[in-house]
Amino acid sequence: MAIVAKKPELLTDAHLHYCPGCTHGIVHRLVAEVLEELGCADAAIGIMPVGCAVFGYNYFKCDMFQAAHGRAPAVASAVKRVHPDSVVFSYQGDGDCSSIGMAETVHAAARGENFTLIFINNGIYGMTGGQMAPTTMEGVKATTCIYGRDPKVNGNPIHLSEMLATLTGPAYIERTACCDPANVRKTKAAIKKAFEIQLAKKGFSFIEVLANCPSNYHMTALESMEFVKTKAIPFYPLGVYKDITKEDK
Amino acid sequence: MKKLWKGNEAIAEAAIAGGCRYFFGYPITPQNEIPEYMSWRLAEEGGAFIQAESEVSAINMVYGAAGAGARAMTSSSSPGISLKQEGISYLAGAEVPCVIVNMMRGGPGLGGIQPAQGDYFQAVKGGGHGDYHCIVYAPGNIQEFVDVMYDAFDVADKYRNPVMLIGDGMIGQMMEAVEIPEYKDLNKLPPKPWASQGHNGGVQRLINSIKIDPNDLEDHNHRLFKKYAEIEANEVKYEEYLTEDAEIVFVAYGSVARICKAAINELREEGIKVGMLRPITIYPFPKKPLAALAEKANVKKFLTVELSMGQMVEDVRLSVNGKKPVDFYGRCGGVVMMPADLVKYVKEGK
Repeated sequence: MAIVAKKPELLTDAHLHYCPGCTHGIVHRLVAEVLEELGCADAAIGIMPVGCAVFGYNYFKCDMFQAAHGRAPAVASAVKRVHPDSVVFSYQGDGDCSSIGMAETVHAAARGENFTLIFINNGIYGMTGGQMAPTTMEGVKATTCIYGRDPKVNGNPIHLSEMLATLTGPAYIERTACCDPANVRKTKAAIKKAFEIQLAKKGFSFIEVLANCPSNYHMTALESMEFVKTKAIPFYPLGVYKDITKEDK
Repeated sequence: MKKLWKGNEAIAEAAIAGGCRYFFGYPITPQNEIPEYMSWRLAEEGGAFIQAESEVSAINMVYGAAGAGARAMTSSSSPGISLKQEGISYLAGAEVPCVIVNMMRGGPGLGGIQPAQGDYFQAVKGGGHGDYHCIVYAPGNIQEFVDVMYDAFDVADKYRNPVMLIGDGMIGQMMEAVEIPEYKDLNKLPPKPWASQGHNGGVQRLINSIKIDPNDLEDHNHRLFKKYAEIEANEVKYEEYLTEDAEIVFVAYGSVARICKAAINELREEGIKVGMLRPITIYPFPKKPLAALAEKANVKKFLTVELSMGQMVEDVRLSVNGKKPVDFYGRCGGVVMMPADLVKYVKEGK
């Protein structure tokens, strides 16, 4: 019988520590599938954040770093400078990438560092138990804004892809979602494009994935997917925000 | 051949001679000549320099480059070193060898930019969170800074531990005739099979400081402290100056020790028996030689001299362990004592 689908070799057999219904596992798999399809899994070096994906190194067989909170883009920049022929990715949540690590994110992008940043945006701090993130939408409840985010008190959410797209440095920026099979396939295509950009040494690539957090949204897995679809996507429009391969034409 | 070098530039060149190929830094006085020099010089050597967006980012770039197997360093001055402390704790926890230079200035807060030694506690007692140590050198002149820097990466690699060199604006900014040693051959350095650099042959290399199981973390701490015990046994460096018959033993490090030497020579000319123990490593601290001096009949007291309100003096007291009195003379805020101040202090105190 022909094999039509199998677990990527790059992933280990470790049980995922993520909550039931969380999309981290899907994105891990997509990264692994893409690296294998591009034939560069052996050259991969991953930089894991602080947040839910802190133990992400348990699920990949390639060489890995666990970075300080928010500093993955700085670590990734240096790793890539030392080993320009390796394939470097950082994998970061919204607290890591768009709050404590905003400076590292912006400056790695501005320098056009030739690595791929996978940004998981679920609008909440997952690991620490549901606090407000920079990306938490107005009105959404979190443990540090229990009546819902009020811009007058809690400030406004950040659209990171749009913001980074104003910079000259990045080569590729796309926002996708992980809420249904069609969007998962689009996410995979985006991740693939990002790594192709890196392999072509064109510079910084950034994929923002709208993800869920059933535990801290206090929703079932399906409800959380529905939330991404009906609430997050309209507020954080999907699409390509920067593509220098198009500009080259 | 000896050449006239500015301290900061000589230190940068000595790092390259010692194998450094990656430098990550952020501007802060009085160490700016180090990143400035590295910015063009490392490119010539096939390495890389990044002017980081912050000291926080710079130390994490060191974590990346050194964790990927390269000889990497950063430099800064007191407030910038404070910003790097979280990263230094990660480097120590993940056992990533690297070199950090602190050209100290006066504090607390933004403080000033003149020479000071107020970062002693920060350098030797941890600095960042958790139980750990950097190996800390406090060279006394530019040549010694060059020589220590030259071997600093070897020491860091040997123990897989961060090494810190502390100086001050005086050492960084002055010029002296120094000799840069022969350039080390990078191809002859010991391999780093633990480094995370891709193509791992199926066995993952991981640079990591999280041990979520308390038992694992306790074991890890015990393992680190076994290493520190080895460092304490092997790496203590110090100089004794005219201590054979000394009645008063100065204890001072870095540029202050040089000022003390001038004062000691002057006092000796007047027949006052003074000498000095100068720690070159401040972690590990020369506890045993100090304890041995404290046992000697000719030694009446110790005088610790620092550009601070009194930090190293605590380690001197612990080492002397009540055997002899330990006095302290300090200036701070960037005010530097003159040899005459020390001569006067000793003569009036006798």
